[in-house]
Amino acid sequence: MLNIPCPYCGLRNETEFHYGAEAGVGYPDPNTLSDSEWAKYLHIRANPKGWLPERWVHFAGCGRWFNLWRNTVTHEIGPAYLPFTTQPKAPDPDSNRDRMEGAKA
Amino acid sequence: MSEISFSFDDKLYKGIEGEPMAAALLRSGLLSMTNSIYHDRPRGVIGLGVEEPNAIVQLVSGTKESMLPATVIEVVEGLAACSLTGVGALPQMPDESRYDKTNCFVDTLVIGAGVAGLSAAENELRAGREVLLIDDQSGPGGHLRHLGLEIPASLFDVLHHKNLTYKSRCTAIGLYDQNYVVAIERRTDHLGEAAPASRARIRVWHIRADRVVLAPGAFQRPLIFANNDRPGIMLSHAAATYVAIHRVKIFRKAVVVTVDNQGYRDAVRLHREGVAVQCICDVREEAGGPGVDAAKAAGIPIHFRTTCVDTTGGEEGVLKTVILQNLDTKKNFQIDADLLAVSGGWTPIVDLATHIGIKPKWSEENAAFVVKHSTEKLVTAGMLAGDFGGDDDPAIFFGPELNKEQSLRAYIDLQRDTTLHDLRRAVGAGLSSIEHVKRYTTIGTAHDQGKTSGMLTIGALCQLGNISPGDVGTLSFRPPYVPVPFAALAGRERGLLTDPIRITSLHQWHVEAGAVFEDVGQWKRPWYFPKPGESMEEAVRRECIAAREGVAVMDASTLGKIDIQGADAAVFLDRIYTNMFSTLPEGQCRYGLMCKADGIVFDDGVTTRLGKNHFLMTTTTGGAARVLAWLEEWLQTEWPELKVYCTSVTEHISTIALVGPKSRQLLGELVTDIDLSKEAFPFMHTRMGTIDGIPVRIARISFSGELAFEINVEWSYARYIWERLWSLGIPYNLTAYGTETMHVLRAEKGYIIVGQDTDGTQTPHDLNMSWIVSKKKEFIGKRSFQLPYLKSSGRAQLVGLLTANYEEVIPEGAYITIQNAGADAQGKIPHIGFVTSSYFSPALDRSFALALVADGLGRMGEQIEIPLGKKSLRATICESVFIDKENIRRDS
Repeated sequence: MLNIPCPYCGLRNETEFHYGAEAGVGYPDPNTLSDSEWAKYLHIRANPKGWLPERWVHFAGCGRWFNLWRNTVTHEIGPAYLPFTTQPKAPDPDSNRDRMEGAKA
Repeated sequence: MSEISFSFDDKLYKGIEGEPMAAALLRSGLLSMTNSIYHDRPRGVIGLGVEEPNAIVQLVSGTKESMLPATVIEVVEGLAACSLTGVGALPQMPDESRYDKTNCFVDTLVIGAGVAGLSAAENELRAGREVLLIDDQSGPGGHLRHLGLEIPASLFDVLHHKNLTYKSRCTAIGLYDQNYVVAIERRTDHLGEAAPASRARIRVWHIRADRVVLAPGAFQRPLIFANNDRPGIMLSHAAATYVAIHRVKIFRKAVVVTVDNQGYRDAVRLHREGVAVQCICDVREEAGGPGVDAAKAAGIPIHFRTTCVDTTGGEEGVLKTVILQNLDTKKNFQIDADLLAVSGGWTPIVDLATHIGIKPKWSEENAAFVVKHSTEKLVTAGMLAGDFGGDDDPAIFFGPELNKEQSLRAYIDLQRDTTLHDLRRAVGAGLSSIEHVKRYTTIGTAHDQGKTSGMLTIGALCQLGNISPGDVGTLSFRPPYVPVPFAALAGRERGLLTDPIRITSLHQWHVEAGAVFEDVGQWKRPWYFPKPGESMEEAVRRECIAAREGVAVMDASTLGKIDIQGADAAVFLDRIYTNMFSTLPEGQCRYGLMCKADGIVFDDGVTTRLGKNHFLMTTTTGGAARVLAWLEEWLQTEWPELKVYCTSVTEHISTIALVGPKSRQLLGELVTDIDLSKEAFPFMHTRMGTIDGIPVRIARISFSGELAFEINVEWSYARYIWERLWSLGIPYNLTAYGTETMHVLRAEKGYIIVGQDTDGTQTPHDLNMSWIVSKKKEFIGKRSFQLPYLKSSGRAQLVGLLTANYEEVIPEGAYITIQNAGADAQGKIPHIGFVTSSYFSPALDRSFALALVADGLGRMGEQIEIPLGKKSLRATICESVFIDKENIRRDS
């Protein structure tokens, strides 16, 4: 179970959170987008193998949304940051190398 | 150590308190304990612990727990068990034992209290960390216990260090991300009758550790040869331990077959205990080291390049002779023996490491898959890390070449009765991946999850394909490491404590009135209020008639309520709802529909403007939490500039719906400070007033299409108001109604229930609710209505259905087809939709329904068919409003 650092409450179990998919995908101006661009906003999100900035909400805690770097392969947790703040750099891509290799096999 | 007696298969046995049941049974000479599940072959104990695949028993005493290995049950006075042939039986009575759970946060968790675990704990303590040490045995020491050796004094001190907590009989069952470990601690079974009633039988530990040290040790593995499953054939380490430590004195003549030096050490132990070891057969060309020297010194004959190919059995299939083969000359010879001790090398317990995705690596040196992991957070130690602590020098060997006849009885998975022949068939069928082979043969899928058979399977695959185990790779194990009773996982969250139960402030009244309840999410809502002897149908009919012709009352307090305040509240609601709220005058209400960004209807409800910057939103009963979360998500992540504050007030405000043509008259007797007349208090308006000095807010909101008033009052006053209504309501024949009548009334008016009349793919247009979609403003979901697939033909649209037979109510969910539709080329009859709501209407005196039908709004008057097995119903598509289309009753 993930141990997630809520920026307000500190480290808490994953069961207290809800997932909100890729972070940094702002609500676009709907009327400037073509149908396919709008459909892309609705349905397409990045799904890389490795580090991904994600949105999480501390649903069973303070109820606040925040962003979090998470490694989709190793489930390592990187830094958390608040919406509308500068995104911290992605953690070292080579960390936990043997689990990354395991995933490739 | 006190002698106790216990029963097994209705026979009494003596044992020493706390020893494994398997040891006590063996000492009594019980070699053949059970028959195997599919092949009905006699089987006996082969192992020492949780890896045991054969000696699986069911408790007859106490909890009657099933599928327990006799190797892990500690015998106590009065214990009773019986043998199983691979299938357990669930006890018929609930398990009344206590189970609980605890959370634990610790610097370092060490799993395994063998020498490796204790040494690791010592290092952690030296570094100033607090340590939790857990181990599944009844005491610390790991293999040392099996050897009858004391823990070295230095490590013994570790156990008494003030910063170390040691838990025996505590098995880690799962390792999860970020060092989250779940373990189960067995706390009472070993105490028997002496166990305090207050003590939980099993405690589930939820442990979060900064560091985890995995030192789980290893299982010895068997070898594959014909008839390798007879009682009397055991793992050598288990055999030597039963003989030397548990004083099992039933074996006279033993043969040891080995691939490593462990077999020699075990042979020497057997020899010292008086068992005549006939020979050691070693597949290797030579061997050296202290164990080998000791065997030579003991005068035990040693045959190199020799192994076992077959056995014969005597009475009850128990081992009689061992057929050995020189691997070079292929010449066989046989020796009589009552014990065949097999040492096929060690298999480190990689299970926990693979739980989090670590791939074990093949080690030629260890002839085993090992996990050498050392990060800041997770460390492996001992045999798991490839530290076999000596000079084992194992050969990579899993069994000799066998012909087809032999392979039919060469067992790989004893618990599943899977043989080398089965494995060859799988390979012959073209399977090469270990995961596919597992599923094809069922190897490793039994209750022991392949603890002894997994590595044998890999080995056999290697020999068949002439490849290295490293190329095959290991199986991925899943939690739990050992079977866990559901009762332990449930803990105290059973019965009424399984899930929270939410009740309204009027609940007790409903109970006293004999209401039948239904669950709506966690809420208990009155479903209907039967009078004595009344059926549900009769009760609902009576309630419906009261609401349409007289006056009826319902507890609507479960409706989700969200208080929305702030300077930008109106702007915010305009963006959330498809219709306009900023134009709503204070003191008025408006029905609203909200969509997700994809244009699909998400929730609905009436929102009231209480002040310039103050709204009270109601949501569906089940949708309250999701709607609040939805509002918060937009406010926090997209529109932080909006000054809006949302607060859940569902349990702050009780809502009593007073419905029917006589509702105004009855309410008028109770409320004197509000003009309730049609002219002064129109539909969708709200007024503040008092009842006996209690502040109330009355709203003209109707979910039935009747003249109706909602009384909103602070939660704790609701019972008083409700009782007052009843004291005045007798002359009106005031009738309480539940959710079933509510559904009939709302469906008669074509009012949707999101989630019942929608299936998560409907836009407002699909629901024939284009009137609620604003063209003047932007809102969430609006852009999606322009997408081709939401505009295309063939979309499911909400319509009404009138059945040809007035009495027959269509089952909800039933499929709809075109009338007299023939089968298509594939022999299928295409369906065009399904029924979402269906009731008998007392007001219409007929059956009716709502349905989602492809292009339904363009099919008015069309005859359709509802096939129901052998029979078929007919109905006509119509508009979804059945009563009072002009809203005369509602607005009266």
